[in-house]
Amino acid sequence: MNMIVCLKQVIDPETPPASFKIDPQSNKIVPPPGIAPVLDPYSEYALEAALRIKDAKGGKITALSLGSDLVREVVKKPLAMGADELVLLEDEAFTEGDSWSTAYALAMAIKKLGDYDLIFCGRQAADWDAGQVGSAIAELLGLPSVTVAQKIDISDGQARVERVTDDGYEVIEVPLPALITVSNELGEVRYPNIRGIMAARKKEPIIWRPADIGVDASELGAAGRRTRLLKLWLPVREGKCQMIEGDSPEEQAVNLALKLREAKLL
Amino acid sequence: MAESKGVMVYAEASQDKLSAITRELMGCARKLADDLGEGLSAVLVGSDVASLAQEAIALGADRIYVIDDRLLKDYQTDAYVAVMGKLAQQVTPRIIILGQTAVGRDLAPRLAFRLETAATLDCVELAIDADSRRLLATRPVYGGNALATFTTESQPQIVTIRAKAFSPAEPDTSRQGEVTTIEAGLRPEDIRTKLLERVTEEVEGIRLEEASVVVSGGRGIGSAQGFKQLEELAKLLKGALGASRPPCDNGWVSEHLQVGITGKIIAPDLYIAVALSGSSQHLSGCSGAKNIVAINKDPEANIFRAASWGIVSDWKRVLPAFSDKVEELVSG
Repeated sequence: MNMIVCLKQVIDPETPPASFKIDPQSNKIVPPPGIAPVLDPYSEYALEAALRIKDAKGGKITALSLGSDLVREVVKKPLAMGADELVLLEDEAFTEGDSWSTAYALAMAIKKLGDYDLIFCGRQAADWDAGQVGSAIAELLGLPSVTVAQKIDISDGQARVERVTDDGYEVIEVPLPALITVSNELGEVRYPNIRGIMAARKKEPIIWRPADIGVDASELGAAGRRTRLLKLWLPVREGKCQMIEGDSPEEQAVNLALKLREAKLL
Repeated sequence: MAESKGVMVYAEASQDKLSAITRELMGCARKLADDLGEGLSAVLVGSDVASLAQEAIALGADRIYVIDDRLLKDYQTDAYVAVMGKLAQQVTPRIIILGQTAVGRDLAPRLAFRLETAATLDCVELAIDADSRRLLATRPVYGGNALATFTTESQPQIVTIRAKAFSPAEPDTSRQGEVTTIEAGLRPEDIRTKLLERVTEEVEGIRLEEASVVVSGGRGIGSAQGFKQLEELAKLLKGALGASRPPCDNGWVSEHLQVGITGKIIAPDLYIAVALSGSSQHLSGCSGAKNIVAINKDPEANIFRAASWGIVSDWKRVLPAFSDKVEELVSG
C-alpha cells in the first residue's frame, strides 16, 4: 500500500484572537510574534488515517508539503510520527496560491511520485479553511474521491470509508487508487515517539522546484490563481457584554435568571 | 460558448421537502438575480424529485431543471458532478449557488474544477459588483478570526452559503415558472463509488440546529458527568445541548453536538455558553445567536467579547443556582 499525504504548515490556529493581526495594505495575515507555525491539525488527521492503515496492513507513506518558508521542525513532524519519506515543493513560486494553483502543484508532484494507492488530505486547512485542495487534486488526476472521512478500512483493493454527513455518516466503497479527505471525527492523533523523532532528525527531505515537476512558474502560486482576494479584515465584536454581579456565584446566577426573564428570554 | 447569464441554485431536499438551506439559497439568489436583472433557475437532482418543482417556483425560481434518474437516488460525487457539469455547460449560468452541506461542500469544488473555474465555499455574504457584474463572495477564514472577500474571473462563479447566514425566501404560490426536464445520460459504470449504508444519528429531543435555546459546554466542564447538568438545564429550557470541540474530542459528548466551523452552525434565540473559552472556530458556529450568555471563571475569556450577559465565576457554583431559579421562573 503506497500512500501520499499532503500536509500544510500554518499559523498556529490556537493563536489567541487578541494576537491575530492583519495588514490591510497587503491583505495579509501578520504572523503573530513569538508564536511558531505548526502543522495544520486537519493535515495531521490525514496523516493519522494513513498511519493507521500502515499499522494494520503495512505500506509506505510519503508526506508532501508546499511553501517557501517551511520550518524544518514543522514539516518533518510527519517523519517523526511514522511517515517514510518527505517531499517538499519549496520555492517562492509555489506560494500565495489559491486552492487551484496549490492543488495543481501537488497533483504534478504526485504524478511524478507515480506509484500510489491512496492520497490523503485534510478536509480543509486551518488557515484559509477553503476545503477544496483534495477535490481539485482528485479532479486533476482523474481519481474518485471521498471527502470528510472519519474512518477508513482497506480490503481487496477497495477502501470502505465512513463519510461524515449533516446528521450522521454514510459508508462509501471506493476502488483504489483514490483520494480521501479526512475530518477531525477520525479521533486522536498520535504523538511522535523518541525513536520517530531520532529517525526524523537523520532523514533529509527531497526538495523539488517547479522545473522538477515539469511545470511553469506562471501556473503556480500567486500567478496561477483563479480566485482573487479583494479584501481581508477582522470582524468587529461589539463588546457590549453586561457583567452580572452578586455577593456569591449563587447570587450572580439568580440575578442572571432574573435578567433573562426581564428580557423575555425565559 | 454562449454568454453566461442568470443565477442557478442547486436545490436540496430531505424527506420529500425542500430543505431549510434551499429556502435560504432561494432567498439570497433571488436578490442577486434581481440585482443583475437576470433570471433565477433551480436544479433538482435525484430520483423522484420532479414533484418539488412547484415548491421551488413558489420560493422564487423562474425556471426549474429536473434531472431525475434512478442512478441519482443517492448523492455520489461522480454522478452528481457529471450531471451538474453537463447542465452548466448547456445553460451557461453566470453564478451557481449551493448550500454548505454534506453534499454542497463535496459537489461545489469538484464541479468548479470540472468546469475550469473556481469555487468559494461557506459564504456568509454575497453581493454583485455594480461595475464588473461579478459576484463578490465573503467568507470567514482563519477559523473565523478574519473575513475575506473573494471574486473569480472565470464563469460560472460557484459558491456555497453557510446555513442560517441568509434570510429564507417566503413561498408565494401564485408565482409562475417553467419546468424543464434534462436527461441524466448516466451509465452505471460512470459512478466509481458505491454507497453501502447511511447511518442517521438518533437525536433525543430537539435537534441542535432547530432549537431556540442551546446550552453549550466547553473544556472547563471537565467530564461527561458535568454535561449531564447542562443537559438537564437544556431540558428545562426546552432547548438542546451543544459543546465546543474539546468535549467532543475527549468523548464527554457525541461529536454531533459540536458547534463550530467543522460542526453545527446554529442561530438560536438564546445561547448559554458554560466554561467555554470562545475560540474563533467555535464562535463561527454560534455567532448567529440572537443572545449569548457566558459563564466562565476567566474574565479574559474570548466568549465575553461575543456575549450580551456574562458571569465571571466557577460554573459549578453558578449552574445549580441558575437551574433552580430558572425552574422556579418557568414553572411559576
